[in-house]
Amino acid sequence: MTEPNNPAQLDQVHEADYELESMPDEVTTTDKSYSQGRLVLRRFLRHRGAMISLTFLILIALLAITSIGFGPIPGWWSKNHVDLYPIQEVGGAPTLTLWPFSIGEHPFGQSTIGKDYFALVMLGTQNSLAIAFTVGIAATIIGTLVGAAAGYFRGLAESFLMRVTDLFIIIPTLVLAAVLGRMAGNVGGIFALAGMLALVSWTGLARLVRGEVLSLREREFVAAARAVGTSPWRIIVRHILPNALGTIIVNATLLISAAILVETALSYLGFGVRPPNTSLGLLISENQNALSTRPWLFWWPGVFIVAVALCVNFIGDGLRDAFDPRQQMD
Amino acid sequence: MLKFIAKRLGISLAILVLGSLLLYVLVINSGDPLQDLRESNDPNRENRIRQRIDNMGLDMPWYERYWDWLTGASKCLVGQCDLGTAINGQSVNALVATAAASTLRLVVLASLLAIVIGVTLGIITAIRQYSGFDYGVTLFAFIAFSLPVFWLGVLLKHYAAIEFNNWIVDADLSWPVILAVAVVLAFILQAALGGDLKRRLITFGAVAAGIAAILTYFDLVTWFRRPAIGIPVYVLGVVGAAVLVIMLTSGFHNHRVRNAVAATAGVALVGYIAVRGFLMTSATIPILLLCFVAAIGVAVAAGQLLGGFSRRQATLASVVTALLASVLAIADLLLSNWSGYLREQPRPIPTIGSATPNYESTFWMHSLDALTHLVLPTVTLMLISIASYTRYTRASMLDVLNQDYIRTARSKGISERKVITRHALRNSLIPLATIVAFDFAGLIGGAVITETVFGWQGMGNLFRTGLAAVDPAPVMAFYLVTGTAAVTMNMLADIAYAILDPRIAR
Repeated sequence: MTEPNNPAQLDQVHEADYELESMPDEVTTTDKSYSQGRLVLRRFLRHRGAMISLTFLILIALLAITSIGFGPIPGWWSKNHVDLYPIQEVGGAPTLTLWPFSIGEHPFGQSTIGKDYFALVMLGTQNSLAIAFTVGIAATIIGTLVGAAAGYFRGLAESFLMRVTDLFIIIPTLVLAAVLGRMAGNVGGIFALAGMLALVSWTGLARLVRGEVLSLREREFVAAARAVGTSPWRIIVRHILPNALGTIIVNATLLISAAILVETALSYLGFGVRPPNTSLGLLISENQNALSTRPWLFWWPGVFIVAVALCVNFIGDGLRDAFDPRQQMD
Repeated sequence: MLKFIAKRLGISLAILVLGSLLLYVLVINSGDPLQDLRESNDPNRENRIRQRIDNMGLDMPWYERYWDWLTGASKCLVGQCDLGTAINGQSVNALVATAAASTLRLVVLASLLAIVIGVTLGIITAIRQYSGFDYGVTLFAFIAFSLPVFWLGVLLKHYAAIEFNNWIVDADLSWPVILAVAVVLAFILQAALGGDLKRRLITFGAVAAGIAAILTYFDLVTWFRRPAIGIPVYVLGVVGAAVLVIMLTSGFHNHRVRNAVAATAGVALVGYIAVRGFLMTSATIPILLLCFVAAIGVAVAAGQLLGGFSRRQATLASVVTALLASVLAIADLLLSNWSGYLREQPRPIPTIGSATPNYESTFWMHSLDALTHLVLPTVTLMLISIASYTRYTRASMLDVLNQDYIRTARSKGISERKVITRHALRNSLIPLATIVAFDFAGLIGGAVITETVFGWQGMGNLFRTGLAAVDPAPVMAFYLVTGTAAVTMNMLADIAYAILDPRIAR
């Protein structure tokens, strides 16, 4: 980590090998040059909004996972989302107080029948996050592959992609997701739901990747790779996709935030996560009539949805600025 | 152009049919339509199961059921729809008739408002890039993208509607409220208009004082309970709209555009004053449509006759003027009926349903009834769309503003207003034409949620209950109506695309 412009260091160098001709070379080799990836990372790390959001999102995820545990592993929170507890406050009001700070028995209050709402909200957050990230990753993979194939091979893959896109203009994503979500409900499990959601979420990304690939495939380095006999998929994976990485990563984050909202909306409509499991959308749906009598039952899950979605969106914004600083500086 | 539209229409219809097949197969495989009966202890169970099998044609193979539905639905082309029977034996046709009207009203209104508001905000934020206003709108967009529609809907229902209904009883504005509203609006406006510190301060002061004065006046005369625009304000409004349109399109030096717009505005004023009394008492939708078509006709004629060599621009400007004058006229008529409406509905903003059931009244009362039912669902629904239109418009406007021909235009010494309205605006709208189609599909999906929150008996409700019962007929009716609407919207977007960018149609 030597700073070449540091005069003290330069002096040292000068004193040591005063007459060596190779000296300037040595200085330039210690000069830090950044690869494209490191530049992007630096820009991202310096994006204040994105970093705050990332920290916040990690904190939320840690809270949700460690508090009630993950799967069979127990967490530090003593209550679970199944048992009924004696009502502590009037109407099961939250015991969380900020000044003096104490979390009390039921920090987020209790549901109408006495369940610990903190445990419920944490479980909902876990499920919503798990679904969102699964959908984000799966849809990104599908979208990238289809988009790359459509852009590179044109022909059949391309017309398939375009017709599917047309289809999604006519059948809204949410409608198809609801039908598939209902099917997934029969299979059971949040990952079945996540898989179904991924099946309807990839088209936007595929279109964008196709657009990128269409322009990249005409570039000379692709022609060079083709000329030496590289196989088409190797060209796509090694030469084209790394150059489209910005688009892919930025849109993956947008897919995640969209997936959170779609999942909660489906659960709200009754076609997503089913009881006895829970998700943030389902909690809101169950408690929407309690807003005037037990507002906390309505507010907590909503606040967590908004917080998670907002964080993911800000991270996406930071990534966009990091990958493509053009629109930022002019 | 015609060939282009016909080709697009053909593809859309093919996709519509294919999509119906996909949706039908998915829906009938999404569950067991007899499940609730299988689990029931009804002594009459066997009978009811047989009846349901009969109703839904469950004894036929799926392709025959689909074919039945398709042939029934395709009769819509000749006006004899047969959309099948729902799970309880009800004819779906009857259900659709009322549901379609309310849903399409909601979706189209939300879509149009979102386009107008979103594009305007997007252009302003692009022009004032990195201003406080830009950051404010960006933050708003991020929050809107992250808000679950149903959550917002329930909150609006609970806070906005009930609070407003309590307030309208005596419509009293206290001093702090007046002051706060004036300061906030003035702050937003000065941020949007921009300029140096002095200009901003002047804008802020003038706007704040003006709004405070108007609100105080409104409060004194309890305007919010018996509002009126009246002929004088209408005249002012139309003249203002005409001036604005001229400023934005050609500027005042172009006397052809100026004359065309002035002629349109004049005819609109005289015409409206002449028919106002008649419309007040005996307006119907066809009569209003007729007036609207007449206004647009006059505008086109004025543009064509007086436009000379700037005929296109003159026509566009006068059509926009006629549009604004019509909107003002409708607003005037509606507002004049507001006090009467308040007498009949003392709590005007409802939280449930798309219309007051069994409400017998005049045309304008019915319109107000429909509108007050629309307010909250529309706001809920369009927020995300506004955010996305704002972001897309901003991005595409910034893209265009960095182009060489904009630099050329500026270096020629053209005023900034002209650079933006004549050179940048139209080109920056081109990419939006594709967004419209996607956004409309999103709105229809959102309408399913919004209707659930607000208890509308609309198409979304038909879809939701149909899917929950594994009943394809209502789901397919939903698909037919929304799919056709989407195809139509897509078509309009394509036509707009071809007008904005003539290369597309060739």
